[in-house]
Amino acid sequence: MSEYNRGGPVSLYLHFPFCERKCRYCDFLSGPAGEETREEYVDLLCREIELRAGEITAPSESAAVVDSIFIGGGTPSLMTPVQAARVMDTIRSRYQVLSDAEISMEINPGTVDPLKLLGFKAAGIGRLSIGVQSFDDSELHLLGRIHTAAEARETFHAAREAGFDNINLDLMSALPGQNIETWSHTLKEAVSLGPEHISAYSLIIEEGTPFASLLNAGELPDLPSEEEDRRMYHFTKQFLASEGYRRYEISNYAKAGYECRHNCGYWTGHEYLGLGLGASSCLGSERFRNPDKMNDYRKAVNDTNEYDPVNAMRRERQTLTREDRMEEFMFLGLRMTEGVSEKEFEKRFGVKMEDIYGGMLHRHLEQNVIRRTPDHRIALTEYGLDVASYVMADYLL
Amino acid sequence: MASNHYDNIRERTRNFCIVAHIDHGKSTLADRMIERTGLLTSREMQDQVLDNMELERERGITIKSQAVRLVYKAKDGVEYIFNLIDTPGHVDFNYEVSRSLAACDGAILVVDATQGIQAQTLANVYLALEHDLDVFPVINKIDLPSAMPEEVRHEIEDVIGIEAEDAPLISAKQGIGIEDVLEAVVEKIPAPEGDAEEPLKALIFDSLYDSYRGVIVFCRIRDGVIKKGMQVRMMATGAVVEVVEVGYFGPGQFIPCDELAAGQVGYFTASIKNIKDARVGDTVTEHTRPCAEPLPGYKKAQPMVFCGLYPADSAKYPDLRDALEKLQLNDASLFFEPETSLALGFGFRCGFLGLLHMEVILERLEREYDLDLISTAPGVVYKVFKTDGTMIELTNPSNLPDPAKIEHMEEPIVSAEIMVTTEFIGPIMQLCQERRGRYLDTEYIEATRAVLKYELPLNEIIYDFFDALKSRSRGYASFDYDLKGYETSELVKMDILVNKEPVDALSFIVHAAGAYDRGRKMCEKLKEEIPRQLFDVPIQAAVGGRIIARETVRQLRKDVLAKCYGGDISRKKKLLEKQKEGKKRMQIVGNVEIPKEAFMNVLKLDAGN
Repeated sequence: MSEYNRGGPVSLYLHFPFCERKCRYCDFLSGPAGEETREEYVDLLCREIELRAGEITAPSESAAVVDSIFIGGGTPSLMTPVQAARVMDTIRSRYQVLSDAEISMEINPGTVDPLKLLGFKAAGIGRLSIGVQSFDDSELHLLGRIHTAAEARETFHAAREAGFDNINLDLMSALPGQNIETWSHTLKEAVSLGPEHISAYSLIIEEGTPFASLLNAGELPDLPSEEEDRRMYHFTKQFLASEGYRRYEISNYAKAGYECRHNCGYWTGHEYLGLGLGASSCLGSERFRNPDKMNDYRKAVNDTNEYDPVNAMRRERQTLTREDRMEEFMFLGLRMTEGVSEKEFEKRFGVKMEDIYGGMLHRHLEQNVIRRTPDHRIALTEYGLDVASYVMADYLL
Repeated sequence: MASNHYDNIRERTRNFCIVAHIDHGKSTLADRMIERTGLLTSREMQDQVLDNMELERERGITIKSQAVRLVYKAKDGVEYIFNLIDTPGHVDFNYEVSRSLAACDGAILVVDATQGIQAQTLANVYLALEHDLDVFPVINKIDLPSAMPEEVRHEIEDVIGIEAEDAPLISAKQGIGIEDVLEAVVEKIPAPEGDAEEPLKALIFDSLYDSYRGVIVFCRIRDGVIKKGMQVRMMATGAVVEVVEVGYFGPGQFIPCDELAAGQVGYFTASIKNIKDARVGDTVTEHTRPCAEPLPGYKKAQPMVFCGLYPADSAKYPDLRDALEKLQLNDASLFFEPETSLALGFGFRCGFLGLLHMEVILERLEREYDLDLISTAPGVVYKVFKTDGTMIELTNPSNLPDPAKIEHMEEPIVSAEIMVTTEFIGPIMQLCQERRGRYLDTEYIEATRAVLKYELPLNEIIYDFFDALKSRSRGYASFDYDLKGYETSELVKMDILVNKEPVDALSFIVHAAGAYDRGRKMCEKLKEEIPRQLFDVPIQAAVGGRIIARETVRQLRKDVLAKCYGGDISRKKKLLEKQKEGKKRMQIVGNVEIPKEAFMNVLKLDAGN
């Protein structure tokens, strides 16, 4: 029995917290581990997938409907094709995965070969997100990546060979020592491969990472100046647009029809269940996280009862109030270049956006950081996208 | 009751205070004396019993006077009654010191054996001597390796000129020599004079507002007896009230007793609702049998430093008013009146004894009354003489009349004594010069220490002079001052324009010669304080409509959160919340968000030295 009523299909996020070696900028929940640990983890993950199916199955359904799956990490491509297949089969045995569901997996070029990619394809993975980050070997080295630019290119070609027709390349700007030349080289190399999707993120130096301490100790090249950073940023927008990649989200660009549905789901209030160590979920009006310590996670999975999966697994539970949901509608929705719909707001909350945010909307329109489209959507302007956080913070109630 | 009963008590009474430079161990010594006389066991002792405001404990300073009665059985077998009156140590609170001294007959001077005499040691000793108190020294911190008790003994004799040959050598912290101090109190401090048969004559030296009992009046009985049910009259205000309770001071509590007679220190209550009816310095007498003449009072403390105080949330204006009224109940030297600012809305112009007093009040308002405040540039009171022959006392720069109508202006000047080791004389003289000081004299205390005497405009020392003094002398200089009077000065009003709009709350009066420099520094500092906005923000300093300095806060270029990983929205929201918190600390002036701290921080121009 499900304890809540869902409105439609759900997304699944699966976390694979292992990598070959931790990158120097990384503060995600991940780290190296041996084969045995990885195998045990896949066992736990499969068991969790089975146990939690009931959690999101509506009384009217025989199995919950899933419209997208994203396997992230860590480095999920450290899984063997057999492990990946087990995970996918387990999902299919308990959930109703739509035939056109988007099924993505992150891969690290240093961890795959043509055979492995064929295996992932056979397991049912349809979309790959390749963590390229840079096509400059010295930048890759600086980041602590385990692959070269040439290996990234090979991986891309091998993926095409294996039949993947929906590929994203992850790229990173604002790296120490980076300049407009190295960055435009990276972008041009990426575009020349012809991926369907490009994510271009700015590096954020997170506290507690080796990068942060190296930077403090003055052992990294200088970060790009503000002027340089801005040049790179504008070049990205213009160049990718000219190459047919539409910016549909702050950091994401895609050819028409290849926008990442899973990712858009996060910004538009789509429900998702996170599976695996420390994975986040949003179901109904609740956000929560799985345990983020391995022992804790193992115990929670072992303690979980199929008829009551909720209590052992859900941590950091937060029931979203109406205000929370309004805030999220705004600050998440505004990440999308098409913005948020005033009509949708009114439909969801029974009150006009204007009545809640009138003063702020007015101020932001005047400051030219948002615009109102003819079809009554509120979207960030070009400048608004540049200063998105500054603007979004104003929509917290 | 027989007069010999009263005389017997009076003969066994000692009313005294402890004076010292800040940190020389005054409060610790008081604590040890309380402990040793058995009033509290050491387990019951909280450090520094007499500093009972949370802030006082934290800062290790005494703000309000406190008093406590101790009973000491001396070596001569007699039980003595000690009334120990603790006094504030900071120059801002000299006024409190002097009124406390009026309740005493003697003083213990505490000198730190490692530091010797400091500026406030001298200032406080002089105050005590002015009040005709018998002063005896004790040398504290003798347990420290750097203690030089013999040198300090000579210094006390040479510099102050009081006998120090048999000054007790003590460590208040370790409890060493406390017995000697107690014996010295018996021997060296005279018993109070006075006649219990005479009409009541008592001096009000402090008061405290209590919401249940009304004003609690702290008094020293000079003559006569005060008891419950007596009709008493405040001689200056003329108020007549009936005494409800009399008592003396236990540690941290009031202990009622039947009566207080000549020579005693204690309190009474009389359902007095308004603290103004029991003015500090006033004389209390019996209504039906008044004394012939009041005691010489002392002059009311004049606020020397003024600033505007505004609630960050304008809806809190009434709360701020209530809080100020409550604080004023116990702090007659706090002044306030309503004012309005274009930038900050409704608030109050407040007057303080000095900058520390101001900081203490601000902190209490924020902590005890949970108010989020914006304060404007502290300034002094200028005298503006107009061409029509009238004079106004200017406390708010915004009220400066049209310059064409000003004949001349005067500013307050202080006489300052700065005690410093000789190696820092150069840097300190330079600092005084920068602050428009007029050099008077250097007095050498010993080969390595000197007192520099300067006259300085008060305006130049209220912001950050003390910090600058400490930083330029590696903490060795100490400082004390007295208001000397007013002098004509070439003063101008400086306006600060943010995004071309003058921000009234940032206007201030400055000496013409220093205007350019101050304007430039203000603009630079504001540029650091104002975060980047969605457009370029020019910051300008102007004197009489002429721009003399300019900086620009460049438009915010990029502020985007990267990747939101695996749907971890909560983490993202936390970051936005942090950003929003930052914005809440801002005041929107015109179209620009200015952090509230900026209004205060821009004044600390010299802190980096």
